[in-house]
Amino acid sequence: MTRKRRHSLPLIVGGTLVGFIALMALISIFWTPYSIQDMTGGRLGPLSSHHWLGTDKLGRDLLSRVMIGARIAIAVGFGSVLIGAILGVILGLVAGFAQRWVDESFSAMFDILIAFPTLLLAMLIVAARGASLTSAIIAIGIGMSAIVARLTRLLVKRVLAKDFITASRASGTSWARIIFIHILPNIWTTLIVTFALQFGFAGLTEASLSYLGLGAPPPNASWGSLLQEAQATVLTSPVAAIAPGVLLVCLVIGMNLVADGLRDVADPTLRRSR
Amino acid sequence: MKRSPMIKYILRRLMVLLISLYVASTSLFVLLRMLPGDPANALLTVGATPQQVAAARHTVGSDLPLYEQYFHWLRNLSSFHFGTSLIGNVPVGPEINSRLSVTVPLTLISFFVTITIAVPLGFIAAYKSKTWYGTILNSISQLGIAIPVFWVGVILILIFALRFMIFPAGGFPPTGWSDPGQAVRALVLPVATITLVMSASLTRYVRSATLDVLNSDYLRTSRSLGSSFMEAMWRHGIRNAASPVVSILGMELATTFIGAVVVESVFALPGLGSLLVQAIGQRDYPIIQGILFVSTMAVLVIGFLVDLAQRFIDPRMSKSLAGKNA
Repeated sequence: MTRKRRHSLPLIVGGTLVGFIALMALISIFWTPYSIQDMTGGRLGPLSSHHWLGTDKLGRDLLSRVMIGARIAIAVGFGSVLIGAILGVILGLVAGFAQRWVDESFSAMFDILIAFPTLLLAMLIVAARGASLTSAIIAIGIGMSAIVARLTRLLVKRVLAKDFITASRASGTSWARIIFIHILPNIWTTLIVTFALQFGFAGLTEASLSYLGLGAPPPNASWGSLLQEAQATVLTSPVAAIAPGVLLVCLVIGMNLVADGLRDVADPTLRRSR
Repeated sequence: MKRSPMIKYILRRLMVLLISLYVASTSLFVLLRMLPGDPANALLTVGATPQQVAAARHTVGSDLPLYEQYFHWLRNLSSFHFGTSLIGNVPVGPEINSRLSVTVPLTLISFFVTITIAVPLGFIAAYKSKTWYGTILNSISQLGIAIPVFWVGVILILIFALRFMIFPAGGFPPTGWSDPGQAVRALVLPVATITLVMSASLTRYVRSATLDVLNSDYLRTSRSLGSSFMEAMWRHGIRNAASPVVSILGMELATTFIGAVVVESVFALPGLGSLLVQAIGQRDYPIIQGILFVSTMAVLVIGFLVDLAQRFIDPRMSKSLAGKNA
């Protein structure tokens, strides 16, 4: 059977959107047009060749700030997905192997955690640890871990019911080995799709926290705090309020498309009219 | 005597609700006690004498042993007694109550407006999924899940409050609901903000639930046996489509109630959320504790009601406690 290589349109469009933001984040590590402390740009300056997106109310270059914001968004995505993935997969594996009431308690716990709005969880953790980027990442990661765990549990149960597991056990393979040679390889593609999706939503939640002033403290402004600052002067400089929002939407949509594309590429049979 | 399975389920689910409430309040206690500083610090100024420190600790109750604090905490919660605010020196309970008079109407109005808009739209998007407007509806609803709610708020303020000056940009009449006209006017843009974002995601879910039903064998069979589309939909479709939609509705309601924090900040509404943000900034623990407990309780109770509704709609879901098909 010849398999034609398909070019997944969602993957290309989503990859471009996310790639653009990732590039901005990467460049911002080495170079931004102006220093974040540089307040020489004139207050609320218009778009110009010197300041592509204008300046904020303290005279700071907006493009530089938006670039730093991209870095924060990407960092939050990676950090929280890492936490969510590690915690979630471990919990999901345990629940997947568990039987009867242990399994049922795990399921109930996941369901309750999932029904628990991430924002509330985040505010709880911020109240306990103080506002910082780390608090936000931890909170979003924990919220995400329940979603990952529920999915992992389901996938593990499905694989465990297969005959090759029984065969493998009968030939004396240890459970630890079965996890690595049979279970994880069979479930990781589905998990990756979820991670991609959650990456985008993590950025959205962090932006909400920052908008409330509960995210990364200044001067490292995330897109959420940029929007918050821009709100007061939205009539005189609408670009400041529009640019971070557009980028945030691009990140979330981009990751959504990447997830869709990955799902198509990984398993064409899963594709259905949605 | 054999109890009916429904009552048995309700009792079991009620147990889960109580256990989760207990676990949630204990976690809240542990989390907030993990803080480095003494909560009494909020009452003190720099250079307080040891006597003042001791007095403050006594007022706050942090001089008691941890287990006593814990029992105090549980006893107070069970009677909805949240103590006194450290900053404003007002009782927390009534303060939360007065804030709820903004947050609850905001949440409920937005919720019902959203249902009114999103359910028909989602149905049309599914029923007409092959037409151009079906496609457009679908694309817009895809966009909606990616848009931050506060951004929508800022844009709406820009257009309707600053440019055209139809509605106020924020605030709430200090007299509250005694002036209903002004109160409603103040809520129009916040409700529109939540509705826009929530309708998009709800439309998506209604669409996919409807599509599942439209493509189902039982609907085709029913049609082939001679019932009209409306009859088949009424007898088989609605119940089947309602089940996933109800569980999403529950999550949306909880998320809206909590997400109101953000919208209240955008529009400077004196709701529960803005009180929480302010309290976190001032480290006013009694208020933080009270609000987090009330919010958690709201989320858990909503989850409880959704599960009961689920069971009512779809009695097949007897396996899982949470009422979902595993």
